[in-house]
Amino acid sequence: MVENRPFLNILTHLVLIAGVLVVAFPVYVAFIASTHEPSAFVRGVLPLLPGDNMFESYGQMLSSGWKVGGTPPVWLMLGNSLIMALTIAIGKIAISILSAFAIVYFRFPFRMLAFWIIFITLMLPVEVRIIPTYAVVANLGMLNSYAGLTLPLIASATATFLFRQFFMTVPEELMEASRVDGAGPMKFFKDILLPVSITNIAALFVIMFIYGWVQYLWPLLVTTDEDFYTIVLGIKRLMASSDRVPAWNLIMATVTLAMLPPVLVVLFMQRLFVKGLTETEK
Amino acid sequence: MASITLEGLRKTYAGDVHAVKGIDLAIEDGEFVVLVGPSGCGKSTLLRMVAGLETITGGTLKIGDRVVNKLEPAERDIAMVFQNYALYPHMTVYNNLAYGLKNRGFKKPEIEERVRKAAKMLEIEEYLERKPRKLSGGQRQRVAMGRALVREPAAFLFDEPLSNLDAKLRVQMRVEIKQLQRRLKTTSLYVTHDQLEAMTLGDRLVVLSAGKIEQVGTPMEIYARPASMFVAGFIGSPAMNMVPLEYLQTRGTTDLLNDLPPGTDTVGIRPDDMRLSPPNTPHLIVESTLELFEAAGAESHLYVRLADSDQPTVIRVSGQPPVNEGETLRFFVTREALHPFNSATGLRTG
Repeated sequence: MVENRPFLNILTHLVLIAGVLVVAFPVYVAFIASTHEPSAFVRGVLPLLPGDNMFESYGQMLSSGWKVGGTPPVWLMLGNSLIMALTIAIGKIAISILSAFAIVYFRFPFRMLAFWIIFITLMLPVEVRIIPTYAVVANLGMLNSYAGLTLPLIASATATFLFRQFFMTVPEELMEASRVDGAGPMKFFKDILLPVSITNIAALFVIMFIYGWVQYLWPLLVTTDEDFYTIVLGIKRLMASSDRVPAWNLIMATVTLAMLPPVLVVLFMQRLFVKGLTETEK
Repeated sequence: MASITLEGLRKTYAGDVHAVKGIDLAIEDGEFVVLVGPSGCGKSTLLRMVAGLETITGGTLKIGDRVVNKLEPAERDIAMVFQNYALYPHMTVYNNLAYGLKNRGFKKPEIEERVRKAAKMLEIEEYLERKPRKLSGGQRQRVAMGRALVREPAAFLFDEPLSNLDAKLRVQMRVEIKQLQRRLKTTSLYVTHDQLEAMTLGDRLVVLSAGKIEQVGTPMEIYARPASMFVAGFIGSPAMNMVPLEYLQTRGTTDLLNDLPPGTDTVGIRPDDMRLSPPNTPHLIVESTLELFEAAGAESHLYVRLADSDQPTVIRVSGQPPVNEGETLRFFVTREALHPFNSATGLRTG
């Protein structure tokens, strides 16, 4: 919209600022709470300026965790979450880009059937098939392991579908040109298709990383060993101590730490995102 | 370099769709052959069958002395220039040119030498480090040609390479392609739907219609003696006028119609063979009404309707004659200008 009226300018900015405040204020409060004494948050008056307890809260959570609440050190849980989110994101992309490649570029019997079977699983997220999936994972002896945490979440129709749609917009001549240039299917995949899809891969990576990072239900089911707790699970456990005043400073410190990796991923991938949006040429 | 021989080449798609219905064609070593025809005539399919991008349903395809029916495109020793260039968008121009050589296991210095040579020939040396999206249409076209050149293949295949360019650039690139082919003497097969491009580029033309060859010959042969009404209508612009013989027979002096071959019921007359002034040789005189006058600079097109008939007809004259729309025009046609056809078979009668 090309409008040059100062009033509209001011109005749009006001709306935008209001939006930013709505999103950012709770985050700010969480951070402030993590820098105060445990009691500061429950006094009824919300402190809005940082306190002096920051290093204690973060130090304690990072090094030893909170024994009373049954929470291991945050770095351990962060590590677990990171492994889980990365494995899910990379695994999903690897599997779905290959299956989309097969479906779009090869003519094999029951190709469309294969596609529809993959597509139908869109209707069956983990939450729906959680009991049978749990049974399978348990029988395979994968409880309390990274494999058990990640494998059931890797298979993904969404990503396969997205890659399929994208591959169908890649001009067929690229494939033909590379055939004339003497590239076999996998060489074409590696040399042409992967580089061309890089912005899509980046976008999916961000989405899938966050999807893996915020998983709660599945880790809750398959992990009983503290060594495999993820950060989201840890936050819940910190809050669940029923017979005690919750240690809000520690909880909020953990929350703040838990927010950092996804934020970093978005920040670093943002450049590729924008490139993917502005680059129309294929 | 090699000859290309097509023997009874056929392509049938599922559902009994016959895209190419038995093509016999021998392309000599170093020859520039243009496949031309309206869209859907099977010309692109035929080219893609030669390239190996489309399977061959029946017949034999030879490049040189080798039967290549079942070979992969890369094994056929051909290079192809695509309509939309199909440059690899993430690679620099240099790598676009080098990719095919790398895949064939060429050594780095040799690749470098060949790429530089091709780039010099096409005057794209200064763009070698750029990505394709930073190039203009004409430059991309050159890069696409360069990708074919570096391979030094037995044959070039062009699939409507100029149709994405603007008119001016198209003429320029057309000349360059012709010159390049003359210089390299590489056997070339070129597909286009543009009859002007076909006429100017090809050593020989192959006019296709509905998956079959209508006529093969040099451009001038085809222009001077179209073998069928289809070819007559397709080659030459504006298209040849078709007039029923019966109509001409009612127009006065008709002696010169008597020696038309038997079976003739339609006569084709090129728009430039309709004169506004009477020639010295025996001629027909036809009256018509001028409906539209189109001045195109060096020449003019007169859209007329024949007297006592609905027949729309085009006349091409050089310069700009002093005529007004709506006035009655007489034009004159000599015997040499008449192309005799039979409208039932669509073929030339003699």
